[in-house]
Amino acid sequence: MTLVFEKRKTVSKTAIVVVPFISFAVSLVLTGVLLVTFGANPFETFAAMFKGAFGSGRAFTETLVKAIPLMLTGLGVALAFKLRFWNIGAEGQLTLAGVAATWVAVYWSPWLPAPILLPMLVLVGCAAGALWAGIPALLKTSLKVDETLVTLMLNYVAILISQFLYYGPWRDPKGFGFPGTEMFPKAAWFPRIAGRAHIGLYFALVAAAVLWFVLQRTRWGFELKVIGNSPKAARYQGISVERNILLAVLLSGALCGLAGVGEVAGISRRLQQGLSLGYGYTAIIVAWMAQLNPLAIPFVAIIMGGLLVGGDQVQMVMGLPSSMGLLMQGMMLFPMLAGSLFTEYRIKRMTGTQTREAARGGV
Amino acid sequence: MTETASETPLVEMRGICKSFPGVQASDNIDLHLDRGEVLALLGENGAGKSTLMNILSGLYRQDSGDVFIRGRKVDIRSPRDAADLGIGMVHQNFMLVDTMSVAENVILGMASLAFVPDMAAVKRSILELGERYNMKVDPDAFIWQLSVGEQQRVEILKQLYRKAEILVLDEPTAVLTPQESHELNDVVKRMQAEGKSAVFITHKMDEVIAFSDRVMVLRKGKVVAEKTTRETDPKDLARVMVGREILFHIEKAPFSPGAVVLELKDVCAEDERGLPALRELSLQLRTGEILGIAGVAGNGQRELSEVITGLRPVKSGGISINCVDATNHTPLQIINSGVSHIPQDRIAVGAVGDMSVANNLAMKDYRSAPIASGLLIFPWRILEFARRMIGAFNIATPSPETMVKFLSGGNIQKTILAREIEACGSLLIAVYPSRGLDIGATESVRKQLVAQRDAGKAVLLVSEDIEELLCVADTIAVMYDGKAVGVMPAEGADPQEIGLLMAGVSPSGKESRP
Repeated sequence: MTLVFEKRKTVSKTAIVVVPFISFAVSLVLTGVLLVTFGANPFETFAAMFKGAFGSGRAFTETLVKAIPLMLTGLGVALAFKLRFWNIGAEGQLTLAGVAATWVAVYWSPWLPAPILLPMLVLVGCAAGALWAGIPALLKTSLKVDETLVTLMLNYVAILISQFLYYGPWRDPKGFGFPGTEMFPKAAWFPRIAGRAHIGLYFALVAAAVLWFVLQRTRWGFELKVIGNSPKAARYQGISVERNILLAVLLSGALCGLAGVGEVAGISRRLQQGLSLGYGYTAIIVAWMAQLNPLAIPFVAIIMGGLLVGGDQVQMVMGLPSSMGLLMQGMMLFPMLAGSLFTEYRIKRMTGTQTREAARGGV
Repeated sequence: MTETASETPLVEMRGICKSFPGVQASDNIDLHLDRGEVLALLGENGAGKSTLMNILSGLYRQDSGDVFIRGRKVDIRSPRDAADLGIGMVHQNFMLVDTMSVAENVILGMASLAFVPDMAAVKRSILELGERYNMKVDPDAFIWQLSVGEQQRVEILKQLYRKAEILVLDEPTAVLTPQESHELNDVVKRMQAEGKSAVFITHKMDEVIAFSDRVMVLRKGKVVAEKTTRETDPKDLARVMVGREILFHIEKAPFSPGAVVLELKDVCAEDERGLPALRELSLQLRTGEILGIAGVAGNGQRELSEVITGLRPVKSGGISINCVDATNHTPLQIINSGVSHIPQDRIAVGAVGDMSVANNLAMKDYRSAPIASGLLIFPWRILEFARRMIGAFNIATPSPETMVKFLSGGNIQKTILAREIEACGSLLIAVYPSRGLDIGATESVRKQLVAQRDAGKAVLLVSEDIEELLCVADTIAVMYDGKAVGVMPAEGADPQEIGLLMAGVSPSGKESRP
């Protein structure tokens, strides 16, 4: 007798809701085991992490600070993933958008009227993110170049461009040799809501709702769904595959770009080292954990942000390495990915030959 | 040894039962197969033919019943056990690795294989086998480079290489052109002459007659008839298979064509490899007319449907739809001019397996009211629309939200048909619409096509089944080598003449290939 997965004919609605919670519980147990081997009390550690991430107003706003870029990049990559366009270049799109926003904030502000500085900053930042995503999209749709490699490699290019600028021509002359540009003028700052949490949060929430609506309720969303599932069938139905992939990926890049704009205009208020803490990569985890559902992404992003902030707390309070937070992120991903199987499959007990039958049935 | 073999059957299955959730796929089936015999298993889709053979080849395991090979009771637990007993199965969907060579595929998965196989020897024996059975395949070719027919040859060679004595072929001709079917028949005959046996699964009557010595008819998991092929005829078999008389004749209104809907003038187009696929093809199709395109698959039929629907560029010549030029228009422009298309590849092109039946049904009508208004679409209206279509076209699906890939081939085709007919303005292009369907589904597809014609639409029907064309079409054009080599009214057309034209022989007796 063996256990096998059998594909469900319709995705279970209960499973969609229940499975993530069970997966989360499993990941807590796994991390607990890990903590015990470190000689730490898992309950105390979890309590400290939770308190550090959600225990106070200040803690929660810090969690939001991390969650905002995760929401935006998560939405961006989720949109591309829906089309089976593997955009793992959110990091680069975020970074380049940060550079572009900095350019506007520092170099256009002397002559640009203050009230339109901020909208312009957002616009140019998003355009830069879209441009950076547009390169691999264009290569893919016109020459069939694999987008995974191009998006990944463009990350390094964008990061090196930003480094070149804040170490070189854009370095603040009054910065005591500190690598970074000069501080943005106040008109180019993202207003803050509470603590360091800025209005990027509103952008992210609105973007999530709009993206959900576009995918579920518009003709374009329907077309994207067909393209994602079968480009051949889409072409036959008169849907322009290349043009729509290009459009969707530009939008994906613009969303990732918006995250970068928020980081420079809302948090650091200058371009400097450590613009992104790997948000563009964590975004991939966020998108998958949310099962590419735009409405789930903000919640997942907050949990992920909480893990990052809580991880720092663990280091301070419990004397454990802060990488414990990162470890926990990884520990969460596995049960989540395994768990997502259960929404589409169920376990069946079978004898040896039945196993092969099921395997055949799946083909 | 040979003495006893002639007395005890080579294969004997006794009282085989097998059930799947909700279905009794095999219900107390007895089967025997003699040495050097070809047995046909005939039955509609879902009659239990494949299940029975999957039990014999070790993929499934019977719930009860025994299998005897050469008089000895055996327990076949896996395909490898089956291979050891000399049983080899060629599945409907080939089990080949696209990116590997023919020779590599032939030895792949063999139990007795050296760590570093002697590929030169493997290739030599493949060539020898190919010579012996008249199945030429280049052992160094990659599977993706081969046509479907050639891939099937590789599957058969694979079994011969493994010294299979009992070859099971699951609907082998479904993917073949008549030409290739004929060649397959030769291969089977050669094997038979060497004392090998074969079981082949089919739902086509004429194949039974051509291929087999004996035929077993299955219906709903039970054997309903067993006959010597010589003592039966297609009509008789069809009746037993379906359990009722089949209408080979379809009622239709008298032929009264109207205005020209589709006109092709000297159209030239190329295939994927850049070779000419259509050579100055000219055709005309009017309202209230079904134009049947006969021809062996691969003579430009698919390309013809693709140039009309905007999926393939026209190199030269012109196409007009309803007297308006439509040469090299985009697929969307063509759709908007009222053209519907039932494509050749219904699984990969016609439908999206991972989307629901409802979404698949809406895949054309999502652009307009009532499903859409402006840029928005309304999921509940899609469901409403889908329920109506499911009812009107008798699509058997657990719910409108079931993924299309879980439907049977016939119901997937009905889903496509429903969508295309609903959206059809003036021209319906149907490419092999009944290929691989059972009799019941075939009949309903044909009736729908005739209904469209009776409603005053123009229908272009591509088929390789002459009988289908004779009973459905008003006019028949034969395609050969990218050209229409003969256009004739269907009524009173001579199947022999059509057959000759399909083979590239003009009625005067000369081959028309340049």
